[in-house]
Amino acid sequence: MTFPQRFDLIVLGAGPAGGRAALTAAAAGLTVILIDEQSAAGGQVWRKPRAERVPARTDGQHGEGLRAALDASDVTLALGRRVWSVTEGFRVDSLGPEGSMSCVADHLIVATGAHERVIPFPGWTMPGVMGLAAATILLKSESRLPGKRVVVAGRGPLMAQVAAGILAKGGRVVAVVDQMRLTGWLGALPALATQPRLLAQGGGWMGRVLASRTPWLFNHRVVEARGADRVSEIVVTSASGDRRALSCDALVIGDGLVPGTEVPRLLSARMWFDRLHGGWIPELTADFETSVPGLFCVGDGAGIRGALQAGTSGELAALAVARQLGRKTEPARLARLRRAFARASCFSDAVAAMLSGQTADVARIGPDTIVCRCEDVSRSEIDAAMAEGIRDINQIKHVTRCGMGPCQGRMCGDTVQELVALGSRRSREEVGAWTGRPPLRPVPLGDLVGSFDYGDIPVPEPAPL
Amino acid sequence: MSARYDLCVVGGGIHGCTVALFAARGGMTVVLVERGSLCREASGVNAGTLTMQMTRVALIPYALEAHAMWASAATWLGHDVGVVVCDGLSLAFTQAEAELLSYRAGKRREAGAPIDLVDAKAARLVEPGLGPGVMLAGHCKIDGFANAYLTGLAYRRALIEAGVTILEETAATAVQRVQGCFEVDTTGAPVKAARLVIAGGVWIESMLGWLGVTVPIKVLVNQLAVTERQRPVMRTVIGIASGLLSLKQYPHGTTVIGGGWQARGDRERGGYELLPDRLVGNVRLACHAIPALKEARLARAWAGLEAETRDALPAVGPVPGVPDAYVCGSVHSGYTSGPYLARLLAERILGREPAMPLFPIDRLLDPFERAA
Ligand SMILES: Cc1cc2nc3c(=O)[nH]c(=O)nc-3n(C[C@H](O)[C@H](O)[C@H](O)COP(=O)(O)OP(=O)(O)OC[C@H]3O[C@@H](n4cnc5c(N)ncnc54)[C@H](O)[C@@H]3O)c2cc1C
Repeated sequence: MTFPQRFDLIVLGAGPAGGRAALTAAAAGLTVILIDEQSAAGGQVWRKPRAERVPARTDGQHGEGLRAALDASDVTLALGRRVWSVTEGFRVDSLGPEGSMSCVADHLIVATGAHERVIPFPGWTMPGVMGLAAATILLKSESRLPGKRVVVAGRGPLMAQVAAGILAKGGRVVAVVDQMRLTGWLGALPALATQPRLLAQGGGWMGRVLASRTPWLFNHRVVEARGADRVSEIVVTSASGDRRALSCDALVIGDGLVPGTEVPRLLSARMWFDRLHGGWIPELTADFETSVPGLFCVGDGAGIRGALQAGTSGELAALAVARQLGRKTEPARLARLRRAFARASCFSDAVAAMLSGQTADVARIGPDTIVCRCEDVSRSEIDAAMAEGIRDINQIKHVTRCGMGPCQGRMCGDTVQELVALGSRRSREEVGAWTGRPPLRPVPLGDLVGSFDYGDIPVPEPAPL
Repeated sequence: MSARYDLCVVGGGIHGCTVALFAARGGMTVVLVERGSLCREASGVNAGTLTMQMTRVALIPYALEAHAMWASAATWLGHDVGVVVCDGLSLAFTQAEAELLSYRAGKRREAGAPIDLVDAKAARLVEPGLGPGVMLAGHCKIDGFANAYLTGLAYRRALIEAGVTILEETAATAVQRVQGCFEVDTTGAPVKAARLVIAGGVWIESMLGWLGVTVPIKVLVNQLAVTERQRPVMRTVIGIASGLLSLKQYPHGTTVIGGGWQARGDRERGGYELLPDRLVGNVRLACHAIPALKEARLARAWAGLEAETRDALPAVGPVPGVPDAYVCGSVHSGYTSGPYLARLLAERILGREPAMPLFPIDRLLDPFERAA
């Protein structure tokens, strides 16, 4: 194991939040390392396109700007590295093409974003069904279509973006199946209008979809995906119960976003349940510091708020770190950032409300529907455990194996907690969440051990005989 | 106030659950008070190894009986904990380890564990998945493992069938002796019982304090890791001479890697942090023993708390100076031996002579207290 490298600040995640945090801290004279699993900065929204295939798009320009600024800065970039351990102190261990790396810093900014929520329905694990976020990755960085005839479904503006993206690439969208009513969108308009540029962007996507005469089915949801070895048809229903089948070869669906809180959880930061902003998030100060001194959470991992506030939160956190390390920061700049953050809340809260978890969606999951796709656990198995009187969320995991698979419960965690809350008539706060455990992401044992001599393994003293 | 039970057991781990089960089957009315859920601490998060090659020599006769109990869990417990009985190997890769192994295996054999020392070739016949470099191996046919995380569910069903009152999510906070009866204060309603068993794992130290008895208990914070599912790569339980590795692959394909490497933790926060260097160290031992594990991915790692007395031998017997109060815990490799030791204690509580001696805690009291 190489000796850990010391920095003033470690930033995890190179999206809008982490990128801004790293740049701000470096500009304030701190030594900073920015670590991300992707091979280029930009995160999920500003994902780098495969250069040879696509011209830079509006979004991509933000990404290009960030990437250029990072290249020109003193930030140490550690891209293409998978972080697997974060411990007190703070020490961060990662694996990459050049093997394992450890670094330490007294300050850590976590900007690891969110993951997608898909509320299970029969057939959701079938090939050809994918998340909205996964589809944006396909479209943006691979420049590929999810299918030839695609149904886009779920909640929120990402549907419009994906549908417009598919059309722009010459694909066909069979229909947009929107859980929201038209009145829901209209009701959100005043709040959305507080960010005219973003509203115009969203309106543009929606306009392109409607102009293509793609049916936009408001107040509809997907109840089943069918097909032999791949989805070939989906069944949708309106709120009044009218069912119909849509023929397609791909379904792109998403029911909102869940903040990725693995790191604050691992470090035992105090958490609270904020349904509006996606679920469990760390308790934060105005500077985005958690209950663990020196640990900051920014961006969507601190609550779903979108790219606009992600950048601001990253900058505020980095300035707080700089202050804690004795650097001077301009009060006027702080005030401006705080104002900008507050102003953007009107817009982002309206979007967050569309993306937050809905108890009714979970209550509707059928008994035979698979909830944990890694371990093939159905709702009835979870209900059966509760019928035996088991209420502890970790114990539910033990007796059913749900959440024990490769996705480490990221996919099903929110749904299972909601099911347990429903089944035991308790609040989400009372039910809690699965205990956070390393590794942050599964890592191959071969990479973890690297090459070593048996004699160098620091084996502790044997137990007494 | 509520009914008076014949027996109140505080702590629903393997020890508390087993005492409660056999006392109830022996005809007593029993209440089990558990702060969280049954077997969610050490007894639910342990490595599930049922081995003689890591058991303390003094416990071998008990562990052999306990192994037989686990192997027949379907009959006495009645519910599945996924027990697999298989061969076990304890490996030596260096001269020093070979010497340690010969000595330790010899002592364990004297105590009754059927361990043979075999060479690398013979070891490989037992376990074709072994990597190169084995110098010597201890081979024991009495070995195996259970699926520890199923323990709570299995016991829960058995206890309910035996008529035990289970109070989960209920912590005991204090005990008084009032008119020859124990009154246990809890975070729920108080509980009254004629007899008391303290079976609170690493927390027995403070529980004994409620009775005015001081027995220091050390807290070990054992680290474990599990891989994702993988093709079959091994078929035995593997350890090394020092005891710092335990390794087995479950029928569904995951492999649990343990051996008692220490993580960060304490009684208040549990095992809250795993140290990367120690995880890597433990995993290196595992991959050295079974190289095909390198193909798997590490899915999860965690840590649990294990209790240890001053002499690392169990605390199982009456509480000195407090009639009708007993303690049950601090058993090294307690998942293996716990059921048998706890059953012996239940025999004593039921007024019968246990088949083997208990481990009374008088030896652990400080001399001043013992004199008093
Ligand atoms: C990580 C790890 C791996 C291990 N691997 C193995 C192995 O492979 N093989 C083996 O044989 N042994 C193994 N062991 C040892 C074995 O797990 C323990 O010896 C055994 O489980 C201890 O059982 P127990 O009932 O004494 O304690 P626990 O299982 O800890 O039970 C104590 C119970 O008391 C409860 N409690 C605490 N305070 C209160 C209160 N105030 N009121 C009510 N209830 C309370 C707790 O919630 C807990 O459920 C391992 C231990 C650990 C930690």
